Amino acid sequence: MTEMTPPDEATIVMDEAAMAETLRRMAREIVHGNDVLEDLALLGILRRGRPLADRLADIIQELTGVAPPVGSLATTLYRDDFRGGIGSAMDKGNTHFDFNVDGRTILLVDDVLAAGRTIRAAMDEVMDYGRPRRIQLACVVDRGGRELPIRADYLGHSMATTPNEWVTTRLHEIDGEDAVLLTRRTDLEEGA
Amino acid sequence: MPTSRELNWSRKDLLGIEELSREEIELILDTAPQFVAVSERESGIKKVPLLQGRLVVNWFYEPSTRTRTSFELAAKRLSADTLAIAASSSSSVKGETLHDTLANIEAMHSDVIILRHGAAGAPHILAARHDSHIINAGDGRHEHPTQALLDAFTMRNHIRALREDPTAGLDGVRVALIGDIEHSRVARSNIMCLKKLGADVTLCGPSTLMPTAIERMGVDVTHNLREAIDGADIIYSLRIQLERQGDGLFPSLREYIRLFRVDTAALVHAKPEAIIMHPGPINRDIELSTNVADGPRSVILEQVSNGVAIRMAVMHLLVNGKRAKK
Repeated sequence: MTEMTPPDEATIVMDEAAMAETLRRMAREIVHGNDVLEDLALLGILRRGRPLADRLADIIQELTGVAPPVGSLATTLYRDDFRGGIGSAMDKGNTHFDFNVDGRTILLVDDVLAAGRTIRAAMDEVMDYGRPRRIQLACVVDRGGRELPIRADYLGHSMATTPNEWVTTRLHEIDGEDAVLLTRRTDLEEGA
Repeated sequence: MPTSRELNWSRKDLLGIEELSREEIELILDTAPQFVAVSERESGIKKVPLLQGRLVVNWFYEPSTRTRTSFELAAKRLSADTLAIAASSSSSVKGETLHDTLANIEAMHSDVIILRHGAAGAPHILAARHDSHIINAGDGRHEHPTQALLDAFTMRNHIRALREDPTAGLDGVRVALIGDIEHSRVARSNIMCLKKLGADVTLCGPSTLMPTAIERMGVDVTHNLREAIDGADIIYSLRIQLERQGDGLFPSLREYIRLFRVDTAALVHAKPEAIIMHPGPINRDIELSTNVADGPRSVILEQVSNGVAIRMAVMHLLVNGKRAKK
């Protein structure tokens, strides 16, 4: 487990209450954006996208009575680089889901949207499992810096950041607390 | 929850188990499960694009169906292009040297070379002089590293399932290797791999097929099958090389069968949860009885399935691992 105290220069973008409210709003928008909820399945991008997908699915069930299936997507086998290191990527866990993607609406869920390369990899991975009717994207934070023509269908918070600023999501299931933090550091190397 | 580790692969080649650290072996084993999942996909495409556009060359100077097929399938499941060169059709029969043949293959921009050769050390010599990633698929009596890795992976999966512990390793696990140790590169690579992973290894076979001073590798030696099987978690039967029968290394096949065949009678002394392994191809009813080879303890076909995943993991690490660019 990592240290729970945020670094000195971190500012809180979203606290626990704000994150809870944001996820509820996103879930309502997801319900609104999908007339046939029975076809919806959520794939959380590992690691932090998975608990977020579970939470969104719970809220969707609470709102509508329909419990969409949830799975995990590693994306590591579809990446276009291995900057983060081949070993560290692997420790995030493996792709796993129990439903057929054919004809479904697949909702990809991730914490931070930046370059868009992870989402490109995720779409390629999903397509290798079949032909979904459509793929949507839900992200808690869009920090800008896109390198591919990709946007989120459901977005919690949008903010422009410089390369020296780093957006970190912390989740109860993994980090023991819910927060979105902005860190300004020059020595911080990119590679989520 | 696994912690993120900064472990990276930095080797250009996989030449043997001997030069690998325990951490490197574990990195390969930990990289393989995601590739098992690729092969087991129930829908869609059973491949991933990690080696897309790369050329993998299978270059075999000795007969092999299992290993060659496994490497070829592994390359294809990584989306690589594959090419096979059989020794009988290559220019070696016209007197071309290994270096020249490889230089010609490399002139066509190959990325990975899978080499099986009768001479121990052949892949090492090529790896030192050429830029291609060389994978040793068996060199003489020396090493067969991917076989040892797929065997360790299969053993570890079994131990993890048995103990219901997804992080269990092979520390203290008892492995009995039975048969022709002397001529077996599978045995050599397995002994080194298992010792590095902390397993206890017992070798069993006729003294004529047991290398002298093999105990120096940190193994126990017995010539009594019952003693080897007693208490073993893994019972690994090696192939008797029937082509060596005329060498006078054992008096008769019948005697070998009586003393060293792994069969139902021999397994009376085995732990109930012990598994049976064999690298293939099996001489049925010689080193292994048909009942046992096809029985519930046998994981021989799992070894074959795992072989593809391990070879995918090795090629992925060699090609995509962090390394100073050539």
